[in-house]
Amino acid sequence: MERVKPARRKIYRHAVIVRITHWINAACFVFLLLSGLQIFNAHPHLYWGDASTFDQNNQPTGTFLSIGTIINADGERRGVVQIMGGRYLDTTGFLGASQYNGQLAQRAFPAWLTLPSRQDLAAGRLWHFFFAWIFVINGIVYVAYGLAGRHFWRDLVPTRDQWRAFGRTVWEHLRFRFPHGEEATRYNILQKLAYIVAVVALIVMVLTGLSMSPGLNAAFPWLPELFGGRQSARTFHFISASILVLFAVIHIVMVLVSGVWNNVRSMITGRYVIKEEKHDLPPPP
Amino acid sequence: MTSRLLLSRRRLLALGAAGTGSLLLAGCDRWSSNTSDFRRDVLDRVDELTEGAQRLVMRDSTLAREYSEADISPYFRANGNIRVNDRDYNRLAEGGFADYRLAVTGLVDRPLSLSLDDLRVMTARTQITRHDCVEGWSCIGKWTGPQLGPILDLAGVQPAGRFVMFFCYDDFGNTLSGPIRYYESLGLADCYHPQTILAYAMNGETLSIPHGAPLRLRVERQLGYKHAKFLREIRVVDSFAPIGRGKGGYYEDGDGYEWYAGI
Repeated sequence: MERVKPARRKIYRHAVIVRITHWINAACFVFLLLSGLQIFNAHPHLYWGDASTFDQNNQPTGTFLSIGTIINADGERRGVVQIMGGRYLDTTGFLGASQYNGQLAQRAFPAWLTLPSRQDLAAGRLWHFFFAWIFVINGIVYVAYGLAGRHFWRDLVPTRDQWRAFGRTVWEHLRFRFPHGEEATRYNILQKLAYIVAVVALIVMVLTGLSMSPGLNAAFPWLPELFGGRQSARTFHFISASILVLFAVIHIVMVLVSGVWNNVRSMITGRYVIKEEKHDLPPPP
Repeated sequence: MTSRLLLSRRRLLALGAAGTGSLLLAGCDRWSSNTSDFRRDVLDRVDELTEGAQRLVMRDSTLAREYSEADISPYFRANGNIRVNDRDYNRLAEGGFADYRLAVTGLVDRPLSLSLDDLRVMTARTQITRHDCVEGWSCIGKWTGPQLGPILDLAGVQPAGRFVMFFCYDDFGNTLSGPIRYYESLGLADCYHPQTILAYAMNGETLSIPHGAPLRLRVERQLGYKHAKFLREIRVVDSFAPIGRGKGGYYEDGDGYEWYAGI
């Protein structure tokens, strides 16, 4: 018996500017994240407000987040994380203390997550600002296109019918059932919202990053104030980066489970294959 | 057949992408070493771009934000060297820096040798500012001292003078060629910035040794390592290329920190 193959049609999904800026952005994100963690390691404490707070012994106090090393009752070195002055969470092996060159080294993020892998703030900063420039220029191109080319309004802003079907879309995603046919020619609402979060978080990365510059603070005193001061801006820089990591993980998982080659190809060549639903097919002869 | 070929091509692509990625990351360790050409030709030059962009959006005289007394940090973290191993320095410290002299030398018409009393009779500026360390933390403190600009005018900077070197008493221990004492440098425009002062007081008290007694530089629009402590000599030069490794400062030469520390 002949099996009926579902009808396929190719649509042109991603404009060339979106495809190019996507891959440049992805590369920048990886390098900025790893060099950013290197910079974070130089002072693995986050504060609220304009200034940091220290006790008489020069130790950070009243932090929002601290990653450190303690010596426990048995005289062992342990890596710990403390959130908002709460209990120490033992994170030995990953945060606070991890293996480096065959030893349990005192470092907030482990060597395999920092660029360079050795503890080197100066080199981390050089990479960070090198990729920050590429990231910002690339981002300006993308946002300019998104606004001028109406990409944002056409592709990213959810339509009213999508809002109405919000609950059903969530339910279908939970069962890993993804839209087919006509509905697959546009982003679904969860996709749209995820991309909007990512674009906003990337813009927050730039603004909070610039808020940490003493030079730009002089030029634009209102900039760090947007975030509640320089140290708050540094904390939001970290939170926003964490949101982007979460986005990237979900993004990659969704690409993998919803047709990896179709997705990857569409971001390279622009062509995306739509499988027609049964009722879209012409009646059998 | 086609599908098998396709599969292998896909796998090749995926392997290629993963391989390139990890090679790039591994390469970064090497490319960021002090001896690599990429470091010298590209990475180190990003700082020039950053400085150019920042100078575009601020004037030479744009002030860093000044805070109120209430904002002053209860404990201002002392960083870098918090004591000095130099014998001359410790002798001066024992005498309460009564014999201390700041030398102003180099491309000037009238080299100076200034005592703390000489500096205290000059018009002082007091400013409550935020100190941003390259490590990421900040503290707010009140600094008092004469502006650097009028001191340079007193000495008379010659037309060839473009940079000012700041030489200090402190060092970070012995290297193979002996201790290297701390040094920093600024362009003339930043030296004449209204908030660039030589501070002898902090939070209304005589500057303590951990914070750079008897005299430290304040350059409020840049990061902490530019704020040289334990000042010994100020030298006007036309270029800092002959000094150290030629990058203008102890950390710039040794670790590769940016000369322009505006971010």
